[in-house]
Amino acid sequence: MNYSVDKDGFYGDFGGAFIPEMLYLNVKKLKDCYLDIIESKEFKDEYKSLLKDYVGRPTPLYYAKRLSEKYNSNIYLKREDLNHTGAHKVNNTVGQILLAKKMGKTRIIAETGAGQHGVATATVCALMDMPCIVYMGEIDIKRQAPNVARMKMLGAEVRAAKSGSKTLKDATNEAIRDWIANPKDTYYLIGSVVGPHPYPDMVARFQSIISEEMQFQLKEKTGRNYPDKVIACVGGGSNAAGAFYHFLDNEKVELIAVEADGLGVLTGETAATTQIGTEGIIHGSKTLLMQNSEGQITEPYSISAGLDYPGVGPLHAHLFKSGRGTFLGATDKEALEAAFELTKLEGIIPALESSHALAVLNKLDLKPNENVVINLSGRGDKDMETYMKIMDNE
Amino acid sequence: MSNRLENTFKEKQNILNVYITAGFPCLNDTVDIVKELVSSGVDMVEIGMPFSDPLADGPTIQYSSEIAIENGITLELIFKQVEEIRRSVQIPIILMGYYNQMLQYGVEQFVKKATQVGVDGLIIPDMPLNIYQQEYKKLFEKYDIKMSFLITPQTADERIIEIAKESSAFLYVVSSYAITGGKSEIQNYQTEYFKKIAALNITTPKLIGFGISNAETFEQACTYADGAIIGSAFIKALTDSENIKETIKQFITSIK
Repeated sequence: MNYSVDKDGFYGDFGGAFIPEMLYLNVKKLKDCYLDIIESKEFKDEYKSLLKDYVGRPTPLYYAKRLSEKYNSNIYLKREDLNHTGAHKVNNTVGQILLAKKMGKTRIIAETGAGQHGVATATVCALMDMPCIVYMGEIDIKRQAPNVARMKMLGAEVRAAKSGSKTLKDATNEAIRDWIANPKDTYYLIGSVVGPHPYPDMVARFQSIISEEMQFQLKEKTGRNYPDKVIACVGGGSNAAGAFYHFLDNEKVELIAVEADGLGVLTGETAATTQIGTEGIIHGSKTLLMQNSEGQITEPYSISAGLDYPGVGPLHAHLFKSGRGTFLGATDKEALEAAFELTKLEGIIPALESSHALAVLNKLDLKPNENVVINLSGRGDKDMETYMKIMDNE
Repeated sequence: MSNRLENTFKEKQNILNVYITAGFPCLNDTVDIVKELVSSGVDMVEIGMPFSDPLADGPTIQYSSEIAIENGITLELIFKQVEEIRRSVQIPIILMGYYNQMLQYGVEQFVKKATQVGVDGLIIPDMPLNIYQQEYKKLFEKYDIKMSFLITPQTADERIIEIAKESSAFLYVVSSYAITGGKSEIQNYQTEYFKKIAALNITTPKLIGFGISNAETFEQACTYADGAIIGSAFIKALTDSENIKETIKQFITSIK
């Protein structure tokens, strides 16, 4: 089985570019140049240098001793929460802003759910002195106030998406429309492995720094350059794509993706796409998505704004359908419990998104000699309000 | 049966194609709205199949789609409404919607049903040209459903010619860099673009859409194409209307 993208942007049955003609040239120009640019030495040097000195890479691969004791296994945390801006998102925005500059673009637009991608985009725009407009669902603006404030301080304009569910999906629609209306000067900086080809492949490549580092860090710590299991949460799936990337073809590594079950897969209040979704097209990509029999995209629910998306990236749809990936879910409650557990055991407050990945530890049959890496995609500062509510109720 | 679309383009000039959202403002308004449009002198109607995430549409049409979905519109109901419209209406009927809707219904089943109820053509803005050519062209021809593809000011000449060739109903000339319901004046770059298309000597009929909202823009569009499509401006009029029949009459008279 092949897990890389083909020339038309497909991973098996999923991917492609299902876009209106108004986006054709934008997407074609990007598709025609992205590989040449990002594989050039000049680009690589600049990218690596920024990752090192600005983002703070490599991020540690931390052996979580107390967590390992509790689950009777060797658990490592890939500390993406220690990146500048507090999540893995910045790996991708640094890459895409360099690409945008090389393409001669002068205006950046982005969509954001939890606000981590928005903050990461606003950050690199400040760094590169480029105007930045971030679309964000009206509901997410309310529940992620600290990130909205950060984006504004960084000089970005945050525009509220007021249609539909007023969350990430609608922010994405708005951003796409902005791009349609401003095809010449504007670069659309997508934050996950979703959207028309080449975005899923491009974002996965920029995030693949996560598994690239894991290889040498594991070699150093365990003597072997791959783990037995990699666990990552999946909304659109960018952190998971990055954590899985260099292990996709190594069948010895179990790839575990964790979706947000919300209030429970069967309650209707969920974002567990692979569990209740079907094949269809969302935001220009053929993938698995939550929809009704009419093809209307249904509204996802999760306590975590970053996982509140009704689809998954086409790579993940392919991993699910082919059986290469193991897809599990964690409810809001399980994620919250996992967040408090990690905080107590290791002194690390995780983002709610990452807590979903942590929450499946007790659902796995872990062995004492196994090496398990959990991609700790972000830190919990932005979620303090939610965590505070839980503490107040206890 | 000779094709209604072909006849219309053969027999008429300055064609006015009006877009409506099925199931809006009320679930069963579609039939009456189309009948009123026909008696007001519209040459062609485009019936939108409401979709939750219409990438190519602006806020006005998206809003009407949201209301229609809330009203309970379904593809089955749209087909029933078209069937009823066909009992008295002879002008071409085009359905406009998104690829995911067709995929979920089953593309062949969809096309077959569309033919049965009297649909003449389809506009599916997010169906890529190459996917149509590889997977569906023969199927659409088998059921005699015509297709219209979009071109924009960004589309390269060579691609315009290819898209025109595959557009068996008419070429949908998107007037500007915008989603539907954009600016209401035609600017210089647009005139240049219309002239450029005219110079390509395309035999496929052309309708200009996006940003056509009044007599002036309609007239300008007709200078460069076989006619024009009005969508958002009409939906807006319906949204604000207290007497739909009167609104339709007034709106169409003000254009044509």
